[in-house]
Amino acid sequence: MVEKLLRNHMVLVEDLHVRYGSLEVLKGITFSVNYGEKVVILGPSGSGKSTLLKSLILLVKPWKGKIFIDGEEVTDPKTNIVKIRQKVGMVFQNYNLFPHLTVLRNITLPLEKVKKMSKEEAEKKAWEVLKLVGLEDKAHSYPLQLSGGQQQRAAIARAMAMEPKLLLLDEPTSALDPELVEEVLEVLRTIAIKKQLTMIIVTHELDFAEDVADRIVFIDHGVIVEEGRASEILHTPKNPRTRQFLRRLLRRKELVSTVTA
Amino acid sequence: MIIDSLKFILSIVPFIAQGLTVTIQISLAGFALGMILGIIFGLGRISSNIVYHAISSIYVEVIRGTPLFVQILIIYFGLPSLGINLDPITAGILALGINSGAYQAEILRAGIQSIPIEQLNSALSLGMTRTQAMIYVILPQAIRVVIPALVNELVILVKDSALVSVIGVAELTRRGEYIVAWSWRPFEVYSAVAALYFIVCYTLSKVSKYLEEKLSIPGYMTRKGM
Repeated sequence: MVEKLLRNHMVLVEDLHVRYGSLEVLKGITFSVNYGEKVVILGPSGSGKSTLLKSLILLVKPWKGKIFIDGEEVTDPKTNIVKIRQKVGMVFQNYNLFPHLTVLRNITLPLEKVKKMSKEEAEKKAWEVLKLVGLEDKAHSYPLQLSGGQQQRAAIARAMAMEPKLLLLDEPTSALDPELVEEVLEVLRTIAIKKQLTMIIVTHELDFAEDVADRIVFIDHGVIVEEGRASEILHTPKNPRTRQFLRRLLRRKELVSTVTA
Repeated sequence: MIIDSLKFILSIVPFIAQGLTVTIQISLAGFALGMILGIIFGLGRISSNIVYHAISSIYVEVIRGTPLFVQILIIYFGLPSLGINLDPITAGILALGINSGAYQAEILRAGIQSIPIEQLNSALSLGMTRTQAMIYVILPQAIRVVIPALVNELVILVKDSALVSVIGVAELTRRGEYIVAWSWRPFEVYSAVAALYFIVCYTLSKVSKYLEEKLSIPGYMTRKGM
């Protein structure tokens, strides 16, 4: 039964529990993501969405449960997690570029040290992804000299350069000023359409979710409340908690758009 | 009267300045030893290995909790009972180095821990090993953070080196004491000694500013004129 599931799924999470000290943040999450699927995770702050993403590549240690990525069990202590992480790319809310290196070096460093590319190969690849995100003219700038939107696009480039099979995005636009959000979403839309990439995206951007997501998962207080096809969840949510969350989120968006109109 | 004092000071400066070179040499040697110990035990303090962590903690707490003066006395006068006889300069450098190492360990530990954990997380998410993350991401940033504290530690070390005069090392302070012994002019002599220490320490603080600027991360806002 598990073998059959494994063959079809890029990501399989079984009864995942994660604790921070005595606080249980994830209380038994079970879900799966197919190869090439784009899943959006929605939920209020504190629901455990970031923790879920981080635990997939063991940046956070699960207390109980199993995680499988591309057929390998991540939660098995015998598994080499470093090898698995090389197949997974992650983009963080606060970009997390290495501030002491240029944008170009941010991208070529992991290519040289992890993928063992030569300097020339790494730079070639780096320029490719810089073109993809539209940052060729900023290659020799340092992260802190860039705007938030540029930094996030650079972070996306860095993750994409590693040619991941799975891309995790933890609220990629939440830390950005509203004017800068669209440039990042544009890049993500391009990636989602062009590439046969499995993506798990935590976001509050509902329009973007509707454009890109095959499926939406709604998490609240550490459990999955509802999941289903993107259009269903967004327009005809069945669970009252989902409806309440979406209503609140949409009201906030309306307020913002009336102010900026 | 003042001209007489100044003439006297000028006459003794060559003699005490030779002590200054000794002071500088033992300070740098002690600092270098302290740096090696600081790296070893600083990393030990953040290690998950229980034994490594325990040894490092004991070293840091004991050294920081006892006077440098007493540590110098133990190393020079106490070790011979265990069969280890050291000349004053070696004993002095050893004591200064072991003492500085404990403080440098804490400086390094604090510097590494000041780097946000998300830097480590993003390095790991790219498939780097913890060692690679430390070498290419964490330590380069930590070094920039600790430079002011480390140079400060060197300045303190230079001043503390005066204590090794008690075991007979002919450094700056000891030579000053020698001159006072035959000239009976302690105010002029010790003022000159203090002035020489000041020149060294002030120069070091200028070096610190220079290093900070040279290694600063472009775009990083430092609070100028706040």
